[in-house]
Amino acid sequence: MKARRKQEGRWAWRLTGFVTLCVYIFMFAPIVATVILSFNASMFGGFPMTGFSLQWYGKLMANEQVLTAFRTSLWIAVVTAAVTTAIGVVTAFALVRFEFPGKQALSTLVILPALVPETILGVGLLVLIKAIDQPRTMLLLVLGHILLAVPYVVLITQARMVGIRRVYEEAALSLGASRFSSFREITLPLLIPAVVGGALLAFTISFDNTSASLFWRPAGVETMPTQILSMLKISISPEINALGTVMILVTVGIPLLGGLVLQSLTRLKRRGEPKEEAR
Amino acid sequence: MPDSHDFSGVPRPAAAGVARSGVGGSAQGGAETSQPAVEFRDIDIAYGKFVAVRDFSLSIRKGSFVTLLGPSGCGKTTILRSIAGLVDISGGQIMIDGQRVDDVPIYRRNIGLVFQSYALFPHKNVFDNVAFGLKYRNVPKPEIARKVAQALEMVRLPGSEKKLPSQLSGGQQQRIALARAIVFEPQVLLLDEPLSALDANMREEMRVEIKKIQKQTGITAIFVTHDQEEALSMSDRIVVMNAGAVEQIGTPQEVYEAPATAFVADFLGKANMLAGTVRRSGQGTAVLLATGQTINVASPKPLADGCKVTVVVRPQKLSVGAAASANRLPGRVVSASYLGGSAIYEIDIGGKASIRANAPISGRLLREGEAIDLGFDAEGCVLLDEDGQRIS
Repeated sequence: MKARRKQEGRWAWRLTGFVTLCVYIFMFAPIVATVILSFNASMFGGFPMTGFSLQWYGKLMANEQVLTAFRTSLWIAVVTAAVTTAIGVVTAFALVRFEFPGKQALSTLVILPALVPETILGVGLLVLIKAIDQPRTMLLLVLGHILLAVPYVVLITQARMVGIRRVYEEAALSLGASRFSSFREITLPLLIPAVVGGALLAFTISFDNTSASLFWRPAGVETMPTQILSMLKISISPEINALGTVMILVTVGIPLLGGLVLQSLTRLKRRGEPKEEAR
Repeated sequence: MPDSHDFSGVPRPAAAGVARSGVGGSAQGGAETSQPAVEFRDIDIAYGKFVAVRDFSLSIRKGSFVTLLGPSGCGKTTILRSIAGLVDISGGQIMIDGQRVDDVPIYRRNIGLVFQSYALFPHKNVFDNVAFGLKYRNVPKPEIARKVAQALEMVRLPGSEKKLPSQLSGGQQQRIALARAIVFEPQVLLLDEPLSALDANMREEMRVEIKKIQKQTGITAIFVTHDQEEALSMSDRIVVMNAGAVEQIGTPQEVYEAPATAFVADFLGKANMLAGTVRRSGQGTAVLLATGQTINVASPKPLADGCKVTVVVRPQKLSVGAAASANRLPGRVVSASYLGGSAIYEIDIGGKASIRANAPISGRLLREGEAIDLGFDAEGCVLLDEDGQRIS
């Protein structure tokens, strides 16, 4: 009886393992295929492989259009990350620490851009720009990206902020630190994991964005994703696989790297902290 | 361990505009000793419509240890936070060393605050935690190092400068928090239930420690707790509070021996309350209890016949068994809890509630169901009038 149950258990585990494997294959096969095919020597971007080659990367490096698009995407993402993080931290601080009229409305409004379909947002901003008769500029594109990323950064920072107990700030104030000093010396350092995490996420959101960028970019300006799209219109060249691999490297690698740096930075073991008794 | 602490030369935050206290708290001039360290004048504190504290007045002498004692929600923590500036008062005045502080922001009031949850900055080591207050008072670096070392010595954790709070036990964290709060020699030390997060053994030890350090430094301390034992053992004076108002202010002995109200009698030491009617007044007042027995009590003033009173008797004032006393009430043991040297008996004398007696064990422990005599002296009790106020 016992042996049989053990047998059943083993099969259940095998099945679970199998399903998990299938899901992972489904999720990662396209990515793996892209990376592998970027090293294919063949002219045609598909299997079977005819040999190993770095020629597509070489071509990419020589493609001025691609390099320009990469630089454009990079600096838009950096600006977006910086501005979004600043906005996010301030907003989360206000939402968690202060009571003010319209707080509920603000907290909903801030999250809203994440809920509205991106295409709608894209069209909406475009219509607005047309209505007030303004040209599409880089500024508009950056502002749009900030709009898209702010909700996520606020959510991340807010979650962390809730966990930072107010007594730390009260202690700092009682010791003579001004409100600003106590924020800078106590709250912000404790908030750093969320700040870095939010910045990386904002960077990725901006760097990856395709559909909204298609609406907002000024004439003649390409970001990496829109560049790939326009290249696809001509042909499925293996160069795109190489470009895709670079994109994967940037969007996966940067957050990973950030996470590692963060882990080594914040070795704040929190044990033995008492729960505060409700007053 | 140094006996006196030289905290002189610590610049106070300028805008507080407080007189410098010279060397050590105890070295004050005679003229200044009359001025209270902290004074509340008719404080009201309200959160929206909820009034947390009403008409609170209190004056605290320099160098004394005053405890605000009461059940949770009685407003004691709110008052403490109002001195710190963490809570705004809606009426009245708060003075620290004769200066109004109502409009002074928290970081300019020169107060030391110790929290229930320690609130040590988790990302700063012990040195940076303790030095925090000194840094904001522009104390020169070598001076900071000296004072921090001195403060750590005082809380008996020397050499722990490099440790992070997470590497310390609860008791150690609270010591560091105490060091952080006193190192810049604040005018008042506020302690918000600093012991309640600690386990029982550590609590006793810290009780003694805090009291010792307070005496040593001569700092004025205001301590908030709901634990009567802490209040009785540590305080120079106790302020018993209930529902936002003061019930009684007095020394531990006064508050315990002569409770001013029924609430104080019940909250401190769970006194027995016997309802009755005055039968004869004169030298020795006879009270007919609701349970039918007549007892003799000492009243500070003659009482009218038929006057309704409550007789308050402490469990420790009751003798159980054959000992001769002015009053004896027959009863039956409902339960007995053995405490080693003494025992607590619940005794049924026919009333709604049973009587608690804390009696030393002579011979053997009484058994449940045993019929015994309960005795107490006429002087061993306090009389309360119909409104629950002490008759005096």
